[in-house]
Parts: sequence; structure tokens; C-alpha cells
Amino acid sequence: MSRSRFALVVTTALAFGLSVPLARAHSSFLVPSSTVLSKPQWVTIDGASGNDIFYFNHAPLRLDGLAVTAPDGSAVAPENVVVGKLRSVFDLNLTQAGTYRVANGFSGVTARYKDAATGQNKGFRGTAENFAKEVPADAPELTVNEGISRLETFITVGKPSAIQPTGKGLEFVPVTHPNDLFTGEAATFGFLLDGQPAADLEVEIVFGGTRYRDKIGEMTLKTDAKGQVKVNWPQPGLYRLEVSTRDGKTTLKQAKERRLVYAAVLEVLPQ
Amino acid sequence: MHVRYSIALSAAALGVPALAADLAVGVEVPRLTVAEYHRPYVAMWVERADQGVAANLAVWYATAKKDGEGAKWLKDMRQWWRRSGRELQVPADGLTSATRPVGKHRLSFNDSAKPLGKLAPGDYKLVVEAARESGGRELLSIPFQWPPAKAQQLSAQGSSELGEVTLELKP
Repeated sequence: MSRSRFALVVTTALAFGLSVPLARAHSSFLVPSSTVLSKPQWVTIDGASGNDIFYFNHAPLRLDGLAVTAPDGSAVAPENVVVGKLRSVFDLNLTQAGTYRVANGFSGVTARYKDAATGQNKGFRGTAENFAKEVPADAPELTVNEGISRLETFITVGKPSAIQPTGKGLEFVPVTHPNDLFTGEAATFGFLLDGQPAADLEVEIVFGGTRYRDKIGEMTLKTDAKGQVKVNWPQPGLYRLEVSTRDGKTTLKQAKERRLVYAAVLEVLPQ
Repeated sequence: MHVRYSIALSAAALGVPALAADLAVGVEVPRLTVAEYHRPYVAMWVERADQGVAANLAVWYATAKKDGEGAKWLKDMRQWWRRSGRELQVPADGLTSATRPVGKHRLSFNDSAKPLGKLAPGDYKLVVEAARESGGRELLSIPFQWPPAKAQQLSAQGSSELGEVTLELKP
């Protein structure tokens, strides 16, 4: 693996928040052209990870884990997919009424090690199968982790429909629909870890436009016993929500830790 | 007993059926001096104290565009859209109609007919929401009690996308 590819792998892992809190590193995001629609139409979505939230100034979002789900549960194929130098773009033709879920996920193995011959730092990010093939089992300073991350946004045509949990990893169970968020009204969001309420986790919410202020100004909330938080929106606009945790429930015996990250981009409207 | 008697008497004295009441809404679409003017989309409805919609009165939007393209911007009347618009199929008979020009418009409704229909006695608000392409949005509301005890004229003054909004109530 070349040095530049290693750098890309490491920054992507950082962008997914696998090792550091995101407000202080690069945050990945998806920005839809619309979130609330009154008629079937096209939307376009930008994806990137940036130094500032919702600005394209660092790296494009890798779209290998992109899955768009229609209200009826079917998969929607993204069109006009472009992965540029600073951002990724794709279009979606939304033909059904209800809520579309746009998710970009990663589920696999990350590893760091030194090349036995050259002593150079190396990184790996991929499936367990590829890990066994590509990374020597006796590599010096080998650390292996499992990671599940999910970045989502939601778009509704007409009446909002329910968002079904998958039961896998760390996920979002909105009580208040994500396309029905208004200032002056508290929203309730729940989180599940492997299908169970994710209690006692920190949820970090950052208002977009960090480029134009000196402080990140994140809200930090803690999930209750039901895995829920109540959010009061200080102003209308785009927000990025993130929750992360780690545990020892690995499937690969070399992996010492499982790291889970969930992030969502939410639009809040004025009353 | 005494109260019921006096209401029955006054209704009889006015020569109107005891349970019919009228509601008229006046909406002024203001003249705006802007480079690009589009007629506003306007929705008006009767809201209950819990913000639920008791009756949709009228929705003015670009109904004549081909392929129902005008429905694309209905969401811009965002309170109306979330309260009831997104539950409706448009165009809707007796409810939706074309956008209207600058000026004063008056619509009257009777509780014996759609779209107002019967309202349970209680506290309500008339809400009028206007949204204009390349323009702004404005929401005005006028609280009232139903059924009206006497003839009343209430009003609210808009400041940008709406002019004067009036509500006339007649027992």
C-alpha cells in the first residue's frame, strides 16, 4: 500500500470518528438540496468530510457504503455519482410519498501496523476477509479494531413515514420525525445499540456554519435509560448529530475493540 | 335553564336557524415593489387549541401549471404543510384554487357546508399563511370563540407578505 493511500485510509477513519471526537477533527456529512418536499422530484446530495461542518474543504465522502432506502423499503439507485477532490455528489429521483433514508456506512476492520521489511507505518480498512489476506498475522505493532459507522440524512415527500431500525450497531430511532423538526419544539431522539436502548451515551449536536464563528458551540446531551435525548433547537438550520461508543463485542479474535459511530444531518425549520 | 331559554329566544328573534353560524375571512394580498414578483401561495385554516386543524378553508396555489408542478412549493407554507397539507391530495375540490392578485379578497363560509362544517364549541384560531417564490413567508392568526355569541369583526395586520386579515363572525 502506497504512502498516500495510507494517509487516505487514516483520514477517512478519522472522518468517521473511529478514534477521536469529531468536533475536533474532520466531520463527515451529507447535505441534501431539500429535506421536505410536497411532490415527487429530484434532489441532489453532497457528501464530504470537512474541517468546518457543511463546507467542502478537506476530502470527499467515500460512497462505497452508500445505501438509499425508499419509503417502501426498496433500494434507490443514486444517479450522476461523482467523487471529486473535495466532495462527492449524487442525485436521487424520489418518486414515492414518505421518508427516504440516505445512509453511508462502514462495517469492517481497521488496523495499523508497521511493515516488517521497511518499518513504515501502514493502515488497513476493509472486510475481515481482506484483512486476513492483506495484513500479515505477525506484523509488528499490529493493532486491530472493528468499526461500524453510519452517516445518515432523511428526506420526506408528502407525509412522513416511520424509520425502521435494523437492529445492527449503533442506530437512530427518532421519536420526533427527523423531517418534522422546528425551533420552539423539543425533539425526542432515541438510540439503539444492537437493538437495545443505548443508555448513558453522549450525543453531540453541532449547528452548521462553524466557519463563521470562533467556537464550535456543540450541545452535549446524555441518553437516558431508554436511550433517549430531548433536543431544543436554538435556531433553524442544518445540524450534525453524532453519538459514538466502543465495546469489546468483536467478532474477529485479533480485534481488541469494537468502535461504533452514528452521525446524522438534520434540518430544523423556523416556526 | 334560563340561559338556554334566552339563546333560543334570541335566535328566534333574529330569524335564523338556531345552529347555523357564518364565518367570513378577508385577506389582503399587498402590493410589493420587488424586481421579481410572483403571486403568493396562501393557506387559511381553523386551528384548535392543540394546533390540530379543525377545518381547512382555502389554499391558493399555482394550480394551472402542467403536471401539477405548482404543488412543488406547497411545502413553503410550512406550518400549513405540516399541520395538514401533507395529508391532502391536491387539487382538492372546494378547497384549492388559483393564486390571487394584489388586492382584498373576501371568502365566506357557513357551518352547514364544506369546507368549514360543524365545529365543536370552543376556542379556535383562524390562521392565514402566505409564502411567495423569491419572497418571504408570513403567518397571521386571529383567536376566536365558536359558536360566536354575537356578530364580531376581528382583524390582524400583516407586515410583509400579507396585508390586513379580517375575520367576521355571525351567530
